[in-house]
Order: sequence, then structure tokens, then C-alpha cells
Amino acid sequence: MNIIEKVYDIVVVGAGHAGCEAALASARLGLKTVIFTVSVDSIALMPCNPNIGGSSKGHLVRELDALGGEMGKCIDKTFIQSKMLNASKGPAVHSLRAQADKQEYSKEMRKTLENTPNLTICQKEITKLIIEDNICKGVETVSGSKYFAKAVILATGTYLNARCIYGEVAEYTGPNGLKSANHLTSSLLEYGIDLNRFKTGTPARVDGRTIDYSVMQEQYGDDPVVPFSFETDPDSIQKEQVKCYLAYTGEKTHEIIRENIDRSPLFSGAIKGTGPRYCPSIEDKVVKFPEKDRHQIFVEPEGLYTNEMYLSGLSSSLPEDVQYAMIRSIEGFENAEIVRNGYAIEYDCIDARQLKDSLEFRAIEGLFAAGQFNGSSGYEEAAVQGLMAGINASMKVMGKEPVVIGRDQGYIGVLIDDLVTKESHEPYRMMTSRSEYRLLLRQDNADIRLSKIGYEVGLISEERYQRLLEKEKQIDEEIERLKNIHIGANSKVQEFLVRNGSTPLQTSANLAEIIRRPELNYDLTKELDEDRKELRKEVRDQVNINIKYEGYIKRQESQVKQFKKLENKKIPVDIDYNNVNSLRIEAVQKLSKVRPSSIGQASRISGVSPADITVLLVYLETYKEKKNV
Amino acid sequence: MKRTDTIAAIATALGESGIGIIRISGEDAVSIADKIYSGKKRLIEADSHTINYGHIFFDEEIIDEVLVMIMKAPRTFTGEDTVEINCHGGILILEKVLHAVLESGARMALPGEFTKRAFLNGKMDLSQAEAVIDIIEAKNELALKAGIRQLNGAVTENIKTIRAQILEQIAFIEAALDDPEHYSLDGYSDKLKKIVKKLYTRIEYLKKSFKDGSIIKEGINTVIIGKPNAGKSSILNLLSRTDRAIVTDIAGTTRDTLTENIKLSGISLNITDTAGIRQTDDVVESIGVQKAIEASNNADLNLVVIDGLLPIDKEDIELLESVKDKNAIILLNKSDKELKLSIEDIKKYSDKDVIIFSAKENIGVDELEDMIKAKFISKEINFNDQVIITNIRHQEIINEVSESLEMCLSSIEEGYEEDFFTIDLLNAYEALGEIIGETVDDDVVNEIFSKFCMGK
Repeated sequence: MNIIEKVYDIVVVGAGHAGCEAALASARLGLKTVIFTVSVDSIALMPCNPNIGGSSKGHLVRELDALGGEMGKCIDKTFIQSKMLNASKGPAVHSLRAQADKQEYSKEMRKTLENTPNLTICQKEITKLIIEDNICKGVETVSGSKYFAKAVILATGTYLNARCIYGEVAEYTGPNGLKSANHLTSSLLEYGIDLNRFKTGTPARVDGRTIDYSVMQEQYGDDPVVPFSFETDPDSIQKEQVKCYLAYTGEKTHEIIRENIDRSPLFSGAIKGTGPRYCPSIEDKVVKFPEKDRHQIFVEPEGLYTNEMYLSGLSSSLPEDVQYAMIRSIEGFENAEIVRNGYAIEYDCIDARQLKDSLEFRAIEGLFAAGQFNGSSGYEEAAVQGLMAGINASMKVMGKEPVVIGRDQGYIGVLIDDLVTKESHEPYRMMTSRSEYRLLLRQDNADIRLSKIGYEVGLISEERYQRLLEKEKQIDEEIERLKNIHIGANSKVQEFLVRNGSTPLQTSANLAEIIRRPELNYDLTKELDEDRKELRKEVRDQVNINIKYEGYIKRQESQVKQFKKLENKKIPVDIDYNNVNSLRIEAVQKLSKVRPSSIGQASRISGVSPADITVLLVYLETYKEKKNV
Repeated sequence: MKRTDTIAAIATALGESGIGIIRISGEDAVSIADKIYSGKKRLIEADSHTINYGHIFFDEEIIDEVLVMIMKAPRTFTGEDTVEINCHGGILILEKVLHAVLESGARMALPGEFTKRAFLNGKMDLSQAEAVIDIIEAKNELALKAGIRQLNGAVTENIKTIRAQILEQIAFIEAALDDPEHYSLDGYSDKLKKIVKKLYTRIEYLKKSFKDGSIIKEGINTVIIGKPNAGKSSILNLLSRTDRAIVTDIAGTTRDTLTENIKLSGISLNITDTAGIRQTDDVVESIGVQKAIEASNNADLNLVVIDGLLPIDKEDIELLESVKDKNAIILLNKSDKELKLSIEDIKKYSDKDVIIFSAKENIGVDELEDMIKAKFISKEINFNDQVIITNIRHQEIINEVSESLEMCLSSIEEGYEEDFFTIDLLNAYEALGEIIGETVDDDVVNEIFSKFCMGK
């Protein structure tokens, strides 16, 4: 038998959004990397919605970019429509979302991978892990070839034992009819890895030529468009954008669904996996919210290369004929032809509480995990985990400390901390409400928050970092300057205030105080400020936000200070909770399962009470003492 | 949140002692005390480990003449800057001084927190770790018990309703922020303003009731139990000196439980009279019996009444057995007549104190008062302290809630964007949860998904 044996620094299993970021990170850090996929033509595939970003997900992409990831750059090159969501709301919830040309996105990412030194792409199914003495040494392919490495990153997405279901039809394939990975699960089980079975779904795609758009509301992109990447020049991406459309289901649609609900695999029990609450199928919505007489359907192009339209809001696993009837009952879809019907997909994933903050398995050294495999959902959630797993696997190989983003530093921190700490019964999706300090973790300041880390890791160039430092300096200096400009209650000032719908001054004030007024802002007050230098928009925006929301920002900063006290109290890895007297049994069990890295993290585990935390604090003191002896 | 990391609490047992101490510990201890102190010299200028004579004032009113001890870190009990305000005793004054301290920036210490800090700052021998945990846990349990029990059901329900309403608003805003294409916040500010104003009024009302203590079932929960017609109701009437309970010679007259708040030598007791405990087929009475057993289980002190004119029987023995692990005093009643039972007869079945008593002739009342007082002071029953402390803590929280709602209202009025409102609303929600012992966890996310139809 001719068996191939090769040696790499890092093996990445899976070339979806997590796998691509992981492989790029490690290769860019100079490590010899191989990335495995079941199909090279499906690299960075978007098997569900054709968008990148959206509420809180836009934040993730920007943070990823600040750390040196690829997704932001890739979508900047391949978007066909882009919008800043929540633009009328506070800066903390502004969120960028772009429609992607799916094929272009995939091609662009593949091109980037192929042109990255140290990176090899390999089309082969991985069936086994090679593990000796709880250390991961590499992987084995379906053909028996062995790839040895110092670290392995699992990013298998929704492919493990995947099963696609609609109506009575169930096929053992991955998304989009791609080959599923049916062997790796047993290898994972063999090494004692706990698995969950989750479920998600996707709506039908319809031939655009058979849709009557004239009855629908048109949806446009922004002009001008804001790029995702801090490195993309905004001028370079202004272009003609496609339209999306808004349609509505009606009573007739709901009637069809209700009449056929017994034929849904979700209700008949054919699907056992746990589905996400945030993207319910249309049948779920109709059953759960019977009082709603219509639901929105966004009709979005899958790309410029195709007529296929994605029906956002109509995810379904009903039988094909019901999907047809239901879609054709929607105004504008009377003659619609389905290109691909909707389906639900079940897959194996892990209980991420087996992972450390670094995304390395606690029990198996050198084995890392990222993306939907960890029980998350969404391209963006996957990508950031991929990047962090890639960075941390590289750090491990290079003998350096892992990089962990705190909950106070980024949504990435919130996401990973939630995944490794909290028990999850459904695919985890990012939401801005999951972040305690969201006013500090804005999408507009992701570069300021995280570029330094990206630079220290080695994924952000010296030049980009210097540019950031310069930006920060300009912001600080400008804010300081504004606070020291005193404005008297003279007639020019009063006239300005009245003209802008603001109340006249009683006594003198500084310019920052004027800017803070709700009806005013930094740019507006230029005429009161003779010495104002011309600053770039990104600097002006930061100055404005920092001044206007100073009160709230300060409050959150002081909360972060409190938060950090407990985060900085580290728990030794070898602690045996059974030895901690007075800890309640439930707490012992939960703590032993999650094995939190700090007291702060321990306090976020449900079932661990404040009293348990006190017991733990006291125990740690005696523990430290014993260690010193 | 305004809470700092400087903590304060009443450090002495509340009771009738002549002097009471308020202890403050933490970085801002001295500056906080200084804000409410007037003396020859300002406290921030005082040397460490000195005693300073002066007055505590608050709201331009002098509260007490005091001695203030200033102790700077590290040579203190907790290892932090510590201030001890020695006041004239008396619960009212101590409460007022503590209140002033809290209003000036300290937060109420959690149960056992001084000890915990002392330990964590290396001020205690590590061998004491177990003992430290025991202290903290015991105090915590007591506080928890007090906290939940002293709120009457109506208040808890009230807080739950307010919380639910706050959560609903948060979830709506968050749902709209998360899925702006499905839910619109247009015009929502005006609606929210009305809702928050209403909630604010309710909180202000609660605040008032917390302040005047009307919310609290203050006192030692005391239950009178005994066989039917042993004279329980007569004892209650004697102690409260009213004729509230129906006293007849027919066994089983008291079919429900009655609660009376009485003061006995300055100690406050909530006395509950119960239906006599015996096997019964009478439906109404058997509910009363069940309640009696329940009341007895939840009580801080049981007064067991034994009819001294009858020989001890199975029911008496069961009663004595049932209070074995509880705080109890046994009253051998009807001593105005010739008793058929002696203290020794009862001691065979119970090691509790026995008092020869007569409700009719007022015999044994002084002895009972002394005994309760002794128990109170010896800390066997330290419930009253906890009640007062919890009440102050609750007031502190309610103030925080009302501040959060005020901030939310002013953010609405100043035209802030909707996402700012949830910051204050969430603070209010979290704080209210502390009173009724509930946390936030994933409440918001769960509420969003249960109330709003989200997603693609």
C-alpha cells in the first residue's frame, strides 16, 4: 500500500469561513500550513444567506479586520449592495451589512489562499485524529495518508454526519448537496469528546425571472458605502449596487402551512437536532406567532452571475409541494419556479465547554476547534473563531502565550467566553445585547480596540499600526483642544445656537459641552471654532462620539474596571474542585465541567452562586500559600 | 452604577446596648466619613489611628454626637482604610448614620464581607480559612432567609410585575436593534417615556414604604403551638393585651392563624397563634392545623403550650419532638390551678427551657420576657439585626432603581438614541432582582425570542 506521510506545522480541517481564517493566520505567521476540504470548489462557501455583517455580526467582521483577518477585505471586493443598519440609532449599534456575490466571494477567498506563502490546499476527507498521550500529533485521511503537525484545528462546520431534510426526504449530505464527513465523529468519540447534535435551515432559491418585482418594495444600498476593512480605501469601492425587494407572506400562505404542518419533519419528530430560535423556519413562526397575519420576506440576489434569488425569512423544511404552494401564494411569486428548495440540516458539533479560552481542547493538547463545529452559527461568528484558533495554534507552535480577547475588549471576547462557559442548547448567534459594554465595543472603534493585539501577534503591518497610533493621537489631541476652547455668550454664538434649534447660553461654556447637546455635533460647530484643523472623517467621527457620549462611556469604563478585578484573579489549571470544602455540589460539578480560567469567568457560569465564588476566593488564597511552601 | 468598592455596615449587635459602631472599609472610607462629619479638624486631615470627637450630620440635620476612629491601611482589621463611627446606641440612630454613609458613596457590605476582605488582604491566618467560610456562609444564609421572608408577598409580586414590564421594554428595544428591518422604534421614545414614568411612580411609592418600614414584617417570628384548648389564644391575648383571638372553652376555636406584632421589653415579636395541633376530621380545622405546622417550621421561636391540668399524652410528645431542632420555650400553662404536670415530667421529653405559666393570672410573663431577651442578646435569635440590615440594603437598592429610571427618563428627554435606554433599564432590572433574589442571566435574550418573531 502506498501511503503518503507528510509533516506540517499546522493542519486545518475544513475550508469554510473558520478554516480559511485559521489557515491564513497561521501561514501568514510563517508556519507551514495545510488546509483540508471535501471540495476545493467550495472554499468559503455561503450555503445560506448571501450577506456578510448585520447587527453585531458587522462588529465581528470589523474586529476580525483589526486583528488581521481576511473576511472584511474579501467582502469589500465582492459586495453588490451595502448598508449601515441602525444608522439613526446610537453609534454602538450601527452595523454594516453587505450583500455578497457568493461565487465572487468564494473565488476571491480561494485566490487569497492560493497566493499565500506556506499554505497548501488539499481536497481530502479527514477521517481520524492521530492522538498519543493526549497530545494531537496530526490527522489521517480517508485514504490512510497521514499528515503530522504540531497543532490541528478542526473547523468542520455543518458537515459532520450531516443530514439534509425536507418533508419525508432525508439525504446524508452536507449543505448544498456536498459530501458530508461521516467518519471523523467516531474518532472524536473515541477520544472522549462530547458531541451535540444541532440543526439549522435555509430557505428556497427562486428563479428571478419568474418573480414579479413590480408589486414589491425596492431596497437600496447606501450612498456612499462604508468599507468593512480599515485598510480599504472608501473611494475605491463606490459602485453601482443591486436592489433587493421586500415581499410579504399572507393569510393564504399561513393557511397552507397550517394545513400541512403535520408533514413537517420538525413537528413529526423526524428532526431531532436543536434549532436556533433566532432564525426560525416559516412554519415555526406561523405556529408560534399565530396573531401575526403576515411575515416579511426579503428577496435578495445570490450574485451577479445568476438569476437565483434568496428568500430571506422563508426558511423551511416542509415537503417540496408545500414549499411550492406556499411560495406561489405570496404576492409577486404566483408563477415562481424553485431552483433549490429549502431544507433543514442536522450535524454533529461539540459542547464547547471542553475548550479553553484559546479554543484548544483542555483534554487534548494541540487540538483546536472553531466555527459551527463549536456550536455557533453564522459566517462571521465562524470566521472570528477561525482567526483566534489560527492565532492560538500558531502561538502554541511558536511557544508563546495564547491570545485571549476579553469581554471588555471585543464581541469576539463575548462570543468565545459565552461558548466556552455557558451551556448551549441551540446554535449560538452573536447579538449586541449579549455584550455588557457595548458602548465601548463599537464597530467604529474596532481598530483602536484591537489593532495593537493584531500588531503584536504579527498580522498587522508596522505601517498600518503606525497609522493607527497617529489616528489615536489626533483624536485625543482634538478632544483635549475642544475642552479648552471657551465659548462666551456673545451674539454670534447665541445666533448660531438659535439657528440650530438649541437654547442660548446662560454662562460661558467650553466647546465640548456645546457639541454634547443633542441637536449639535462636532462638524456643525466648526463655525464657532476658528482654529479647527482639517481632520479625516474617521477622526472627526471618533471625536464626536467620544464627546457626545462621554457620560455613558465613563460609566461603562468604570464598570470594566470592576469587571477586570475578577477577571485578573486567575484560577490554577490543576485545581480539584472536589477538594474545595463548602462548595455546593452543583457548583463543584459546573466548575469541574467548565474549568474557568478566572474567578470572573467562574461567576458567569449558571449554577455558581456568589457564595460559591467567595468560597473559591478564600480557597485560592490558601492554595497559593501551599504552592509557595 | 454609582456603587463603589467601599463598604459599610453596623458592626455591633443591635439591641439595647449603649453604644453602636458603624464600620466603613475601603479606599474611600475616610473621605466618605468626612462628608458627613463636622469636628475640630476634618477627618481627611486626621492622623491614622486617632479618635476624633464631633458630630454626624446629614441633610443639614445633626444626627448624633460621635467618636470617629480613623485607621489607615494596612494596620486595620480588613487591611484597608477603615473608619469606625461610635454612635450612641439605639437602632434608629445607627440606621440614620448608616443611611448617611451609604448616601455619601459607600455601599452596604455583603454578609461577612469585612471578614472576607480581612482574609483576602492577608490579615488572617490561612488556617482560619474554613472558619472564615463558615462565618460568611452562616451570615449569608441568615441574610437570605431574612431577605426573602421579611418581604410580604404583595411587595414581591409588585417587584416582579415591575421587573416584567422593564424586561418587556428592554426586549422590544433589543429586538428592534437586532432586527431593524422587522421592528421599528419610530415613535417609541414617547411611549417608553410614559411607561417609565409610571414605573418610576411605583418605585417611588415602594421607596416610601421601604423607608417607613411598612413593608417589613419586622421582628422575631414567633409561633404559639399546642394542643387544642391548651390556652394558646389566651397567651397571645395576654402578651398583646388585646382580645383579638377568639377565646372560648370549646377546643378548636382558632381555625386559622392570627399574627400580632408586640413589643416585649423593646424586642419586637411577630406572634402567630395557631390552630391546635391534633388529628382532625373537620376540614376547616385541618387546614388550620396544616398552617400551624407550616408556621412552626418557618418560625424563629416556638412557644409550646402544654396544658398543665392534663397528663402528658401522645400529642404533647409529638409536639415536643417537633421542636427538637428549633428555638423553643415551653410554657406549662394553667398554673393558676393545681398542676398535674411538673417541669421534670416535661424534661423527660425535651431539653428546652420550661416556664410555669398562667395566662389567666399573669404568671410567668416576666420570666418569658427575660428568657426571650437572653436569647436575643446571646444571639441565639439574631433575626432582628438582620431585618434592619436587610431593610437598609433594600432601601439602597430601591434608590439605585429610582436613579436608573430617572437617568433613563432624562436620556429620553435629551433625545438620546434608543439603545442608551436599555443600559439604565437593565440596571434597574438587575437591582430589583437583587431584592427578590433573582439574577439576570439570559433573561433578555430569552424574552426577545419568546415575544418577538426574529430572524431570516
